[in-house]
Order: sequence, then structure tokens, then C-alpha cells
Amino acid sequence: MNRIIKFIFLDILKNKIVLLYTVLLAAFAWSAFSLEDNSAKGILTLLNVILLTVPLVAILFATIYIYNSAEFIELLLSQPVKRTTIWFSLFVGLSLSLVLGFLIGAGIPILIYAPSDVGFMMLAIGSIITVVFVAIAFLSAIITRDKAKGIGISIMLWLYFALLFDGLVLFLTFQFSDYPIEKAMIVISALSPIDISRILILLHLDVSAMMGYTGAIFKEFFGTTIGLVISFVILLLWIAVPFFISLTKFKHKDL
Amino acid sequence: MKVILLSCLLVFFSLMEAKTIRVGSAQSYSKIKPALRSVENGDTLIVEHGFYQEGNLVIEKSIVFIGEGLPVLDGDKKFEVLSIKANNVTVKGFMIQNSGCATLDDPGGVKVYGSNDVTICDNYLYDNFFGIYIQYGKNCLIKNNKIIAFGTEEQQIGNGIHCWKSDSLLIIGNNISGHRDGIYFEFVTHSVIWRNISYHNIRYGLHFMFSNDDAYFTNLFRSNGAGVAVMFSKKIIMVNNSFEDNWGDAAYGLLLKEISDGYIHGNKFFNNTSGIYMEGTSRMQVLKNVFKSNGWGLKIQASCMDNVLENNNFLGNTFDISTNGSLVLNTFNENYWDKYTGYDLNKDNIGDVPYHPLSLFSVIVEKNPPAMLLYRSTMVMLLDKSEKILPSLTPENFIDNKPLMHALAL
Amino acid sequence: MIEIKKISKQFGKIQVLKAVDLTFKRGECIALIGPNGCGKTTLIKSILGMVMPSEGEILFQGKSIRNDFEYRRKIGYMPQIGRYPDNMTIGQVISMIKNIRKSDAFLDEDLLVQFNLANLFDKRMSTLSGGTTQKVSATLAFLFNPDVLILDEPTAGLDPLASEILKEKIILEKKKGKLILITSHLLSELDDLVTEIIFMQEGNIIFHKNIDTLRTESGEEKIGKAIANLLKKQSA
Repeated sequence: MNRIIKFIFLDILKNKIVLLYTVLLAAFAWSAFSLEDNSAKGILTLLNVILLTVPLVAILFATIYIYNSAEFIELLLSQPVKRTTIWFSLFVGLSLSLVLGFLIGAGIPILIYAPSDVGFMMLAIGSIITVVFVAIAFLSAIITRDKAKGIGISIMLWLYFALLFDGLVLFLTFQFSDYPIEKAMIVISALSPIDISRILILLHLDVSAMMGYTGAIFKEFFGTTIGLVISFVILLLWIAVPFFISLTKFKHKDL
Repeated sequence: MKVILLSCLLVFFSLMEAKTIRVGSAQSYSKIKPALRSVENGDTLIVEHGFYQEGNLVIEKSIVFIGEGLPVLDGDKKFEVLSIKANNVTVKGFMIQNSGCATLDDPGGVKVYGSNDVTICDNYLYDNFFGIYIQYGKNCLIKNNKIIAFGTEEQQIGNGIHCWKSDSLLIIGNNISGHRDGIYFEFVTHSVIWRNISYHNIRYGLHFMFSNDDAYFTNLFRSNGAGVAVMFSKKIIMVNNSFEDNWGDAAYGLLLKEISDGYIHGNKFFNNTSGIYMEGTSRMQVLKNVFKSNGWGLKIQASCMDNVLENNNFLGNTFDISTNGSLVLNTFNENYWDKYTGYDLNKDNIGDVPYHPLSLFSVIVEKNPPAMLLYRSTMVMLLDKSEKILPSLTPENFIDNKPLMHALAL
Repeated sequence: MIEIKKISKQFGKIQVLKAVDLTFKRGECIALIGPNGCGKTTLIKSILGMVMPSEGEILFQGKSIRNDFEYRRKIGYMPQIGRYPDNMTIGQVISMIKNIRKSDAFLDEDLLVQFNLANLFDKRMSTLSGGTTQKVSATLAFLFNPDVLILDEPTAGLDPLASEILKEKIILEKKKGKLILITSHLLSELDDLVTEIIFMQEGNIIFHKNIDTLRTESGEEKIGKAIANLLKKQSA
């Protein structure tokens, strides 16, 4: 493990906010599973919490941490360290610690109450969505030097993916309700990492069949191995693309 | 008078003379056809274990036709295997297989032509076009048969038990799979379907058309293409059946279309795309049923009226109810809805706040199915919550005024 | 050792460096002087690769520094205002930098001892005074015995005693034949240190002269007066 990653990782683990995040997730997860009468329902309840809070915490914490690391980055830059290494280490360190927080907070109850493939799917999705929003945070933090502006951009992005995007989709479905748009909807769902994650989990909970004709079409795509692979590739793109854009920007940034 | 006396005597003599004929490799008859030619009314024909491929066998006398050690009657995929053209016939203990498959004359494993009092029991019907086919039958009993086929397309396979223009049938304890419809009734009256299992049929597990005054109870319908359909019929009683795992586009636990005055009591609807789909249905009593883990518990179209839904449990459905209009002419009372979040101050087990079982999202999805993509998204949940507090788009009188606080023990 | 070829830098509309051309050789001790905002720090940061010049090229030992980072192993940098992660202690900062450098070479801990930093190892960076922070920066710059030392306003904020210690250290390193680049606006500080003077104004190099030629040309012994003299002559 790279020394800088190690340093950042340990530094974040000492951070009280990550600790609080872990504890809150754990509280949510335990109560979700103990209040619902079966684990599938618990997973469903938890799904909403995870798809709302995990992105928010990931994007906000990462953005603030990047801004607060300005001095650290400057210090490292005067040392014989590649810019790419610095940025990458920051990314890996942040992702690792937040994923660890998620896995301890939500992962343990999930593994105890729902050690099924849906449970594992949930862990994978939660981890990936964490990293996706860390990557998006890197993008919004590099766009502007102003910390307040950067945090603002992050919150707006979160709001967009968690709420506004769905509103837009609903609007579109009504606009084009006269056309067979089910297949197009699959493509549109790829435009939001939160939507694609939610659909993947729902389909693995076997509620797909309850979703009627549309559900059947989704199942036809997301339910197959190829569909699954494609959706995971899309999620990975959601990590890679924002991060690499931020990386090229960082490479030419004046400090 | 004399004629009656004479005929009575004739019957008496014929009974006296009733004989038992055996068919088998070691018997005087090694084939069935010659033996059938020699029987008289009242005789018993016993077929020993063996393989009999003799084209179309026709029973034209009132006989008891029994297989010993499950003899095989094979239609060679060309012929109707067994045709019954006499009253008072019993067919028991045969393996009847490979009927021909023409769509013009509908050949069956066993087909009854306008006969009364026919009993078909304990047979194994394997890979026939139609399993058991009854036309113009009366007082027939079809019991404990196992009927299996391997149809893949609706047009290329007939029904498991097909009844047409018949009356007073008893269909009991059969096990049917792989046909078009498991059991099909058209113009059948005063009949009972009891304790059958119908599964993996291509279209419906059970299908009623223009059939009145029938009842089916304690049957299991599972994983059929589109569940069970009751259409254009009156006074059908449906009690204590299970409708399970009917998934897919246009799949229902129970499809009701243009029917009236029926009674649906104590049934279980589990894991169906729609538990019950009602269209043009009126004056139905839907009581004490359990709707659990369905996509839609109950889809009740605006063309339905005067239906009463009482004392049902709605548990873990994606949507409990959905409808396509704003007109509500049906009554909901004292049902248990697991999504109900009201309170009960006087502890009478009836919630003090009326419940609106119709969620905004279900209305949206009904108008616009692709919106299902947003199922369980935060935005949809916010919409639903705000609609619950301040109904604006959902019909206001779609309401259960006495929602139960606890699920009924059903 | 370091060649700067026609580098320009723009921040938005402001042209901070205008086609600067410079060469620094081993053994030189160069003072980079000029009024505030003349582009000194930007020039230094360009050499360190922290600022990307809009045009031109910088060579370190004959190799372009673009896309290179290993050359910084040979540079010790003391920033004008050292900024460090708040929640790290002095000890952690020093050990982390040691860790990152992975240097097997002999560690020069003279300043560490003379500034008495060992006693403060457990103090968090956020609690330190400006002067102490500068001491940490100075220690880090000299720690790895680099061939090139770049010191941005090294004595600003240091108390006279520490300032004297640092000066002694610079002279010592100069004698070892290292290239030392100092920016300062306290000209009196530089008298007994520097061998070359570079004067910058509004992104331009006004002059680049050996200290002895400067003295003979101006006839002044003190650097401050010499420069003032020279500038008067030039404007006239």
C-alpha cells in the first residue's frame, strides 16, 4: 500500500464524522431489520436509507476533505511525488475509509440478517455508490477554488441525482407516454448511478415480476448476466469518468 | 306400461348376464378392439398390463373398462385414443398417451360424446392434444387423473380437461400441467371443481366462459401463464383456492371479466403480478381473502360496480389497489392494510382514521407503466406521502372507512 | 544547473511572468528580489512544478521538468508561509516526509537540533506560532541534504536568534557548493550571503548581476544602496 494512501486512510479513520456515519448507518440497519418481519422487507427499507444517505455523506465529506487537504497537497507537491499519485492516493484513501465505514455500519447487520445474494448485492452496490460519489466530489472540488462554492456544487449534484433526476424522468415518461419507451428508460436509468443501483437491487429482490410489463422488460435486461455486467460496468464508468476528468484538471492546476 | 315392464326385464336380464372379459397376451383377446366389439351393456372389460396401439378405441356400450397394472393405450400421435359414446361408462387405471393433434376435430386422450354418467378416474394421461374432453356430458365424474402434456404454444395444444355444453360435472383431485388451459368450461352449468392442482399451463389454470352456477373450491393454481380466468359467467362460487406465482405481463391470480353475482371467499393470492383483476364485474362478494406479496393486490377497473370487499388481508403488496378511473362504485370495509399507519384510540380494532388504499404512484403507473422505473425512489415516496396527507389526484371516495388495526387470522 | 527558458505565466488577465530567461549554476547563492507581486514566488513555484507556465520551458540538469517529479528529490523548499495539515503533529509531519522521500542518504538534522524542535514533536501544527512553523519548514528543506535549496522569504517571521541560526546554515551549505535561491525583500539580510542578485519587476527581469560587479558598478558596499543606485542610473 502506498504510504500516502495509508496516511490519508488513517487520518480519516480518526475523523469523528466518519465514526458518526458508521454508527448512524448501523443504527438504521439494525432497526430496519428488527422492525420488519422479514429480511427482504428490511433490505427494502434499508435500500432507501442507503441510496439517500450514502451518496450525501460520501459527496459532502469527500468535498470538504479535499478542500481541507489543500495544505497537505501543497506540502506533498514540493516533494518528489507525482501529481497523479497525490490525487489518486487522496481518492483511494477517501474511498477506502468511507467504504469501510459503510461495510462496518450497514454490512454487518446485512450479513447477519440477510446473508443472501441480495445482501451481497447490497454491499457491493453500497460500496460502489460510495466510490461513485467520492469521484463526483473530486470533480466538483476541482472545478472551483472556492470551498463554499465547491460544497454548494456537491449538494446540488446530490440533490440532482437523489431527487431531481427522478422528477425529470417522471416528466419525460408523461411527455412520451404515447410511445413504447420502456427500452429507452433502461438507457435513461444508466444516467443516474442511484437509479441503476435501485433497479438492480429491486430486481434481485424478485419484486420485478410485481412490476408488471415494465418490470418484465427491466428483468429481461438487468436480470441476465450480461445486463448485470453492463450495469456494473456503467457504475464503474460513473467512478472512472468523473475521477479522470478531475485528474486531468488537477495535473494542470496551479497551486 | 308393457314397454316399461319389458325394458325393465331386459335390463334385469342383461345384468344377470353381465360378464367379465380379459384382454392380455395370455388371454383369448390379445387386443382391445375385438374385445370391445364383443361386449354388451353391463360387462366389465379388464385390460392387463401391456402396450396397446390400436388406433381409435370406441366404447359404444355401457361397460366398466379397467386397466390392470397401468396398461398403455397409445394413439401413435395420429388418433383420438379413447372415444366414449355410451352412457354409464367407467374408465379406470389406464395410461393414455400420444393422441393425434389436429385442430379441426380436437382429438383427446379420452373424449366423451354426449353421454351421461361417465366416470373417468385414476388414469394417467400423457402428452395428448386434449387430455379429457367432455361435450354434451351430464353427471360425469372426473377424478384423480394425472394429466401431463408439454405444450409450448397456445395453438398447438388443447386443454387438460375440456368441458363443453355440459351439466352437473364433478371434477375432483386431478393434477394437470403443460396444457393450454388446465381446466376449461364453456357453457357448463351446475358443476363442481374440487381439490385439483393445475400448474405450468400455457394460458389459464382454470378458464370459465359463459358458464353459470358453478363452484370451485380448495384448488391450487400455480405458475400458469395468466392465472385463472372467469369470464362472461354468473353465480360462480370461488372458495378456499390458492392462486400463486402467476408472473409476467398480463398475468393474474384471478381475472374476472364481465361476471356478476359471484362469491369469492377465503382464497389466497400469493406472488402474482395482479392478485385479482376485475373488469366489468358487478355484485361480487369478496370476503376474507388474503392478498400477499403481489405486484397489485387488486386491480379494479372503473367498469366495476356494486362489489363488496370486506375482511380481506392486504400484506406486502407493491400496490394494494389500483384503478383506471375516478369513479368508485364499490365498497371497501373492515379490511386489513399493512400500509395503514393510523391509530385506534378506543381499542375496538378499527382504525380511527379512514384509509385511502390507492397510492398516487399506482395511479401514475396505471396511466403510464414505464414510470415503474421510479418505484421506491425517494421522489416517488415523497409524492405518495404528500398525497396521503392531502389527496388531490386520487379519487377521494376510494376509501376504507373502517380499516382494521390487526390482520385477520385467515 | 537550472535553466529557465522564456517562461510566461498568466493568471486570468494578469501577466505574472513575461518571457523570463535565467540560468542558475552550482555553487551560486542567488537573491531574487523585487517589490511585492513582481512574480518571485510564481517563478519559484514554476521551478517546483507547482505552477504550470503558460509558455516556455524549465530545464533541471539539462532535462525538462515537465512531466517529471524525481528532480524534486534534489530540491529542498522552504515556503513563504508553510501550510501543514492541521491535525498532524510536528513529529508526524517530519516522519511522513521522511517516509515519502524514502531517502537512504544521510539526514541533515542540524536545524532540528539547533531549533530544539524535538521538544515540540507532539505539538499539532494548528497550535504552532508562525515562527515555529517556519522553523519546521526550514528543517524540512535542509533535512535531506539536497543539491538545490529554494528559500522563499526564509527569515520572515523568525526571531533574531533563529534567523541567525538559519543564516549560518545557509552559509555552511553554500560552502559545500550547493545552489541556493533566496527571495527576500529585507536586503540587509543578504549582504554576507549572496553571490548573485536578480531584480524583478512586474514579471520582468530588470537585471541579473554578480554581487562584485554590482558593487563596482555602483560603488556602494551595501547591497541595498547598490541596487538603489543602479536603478537610478538605469532610469536615467
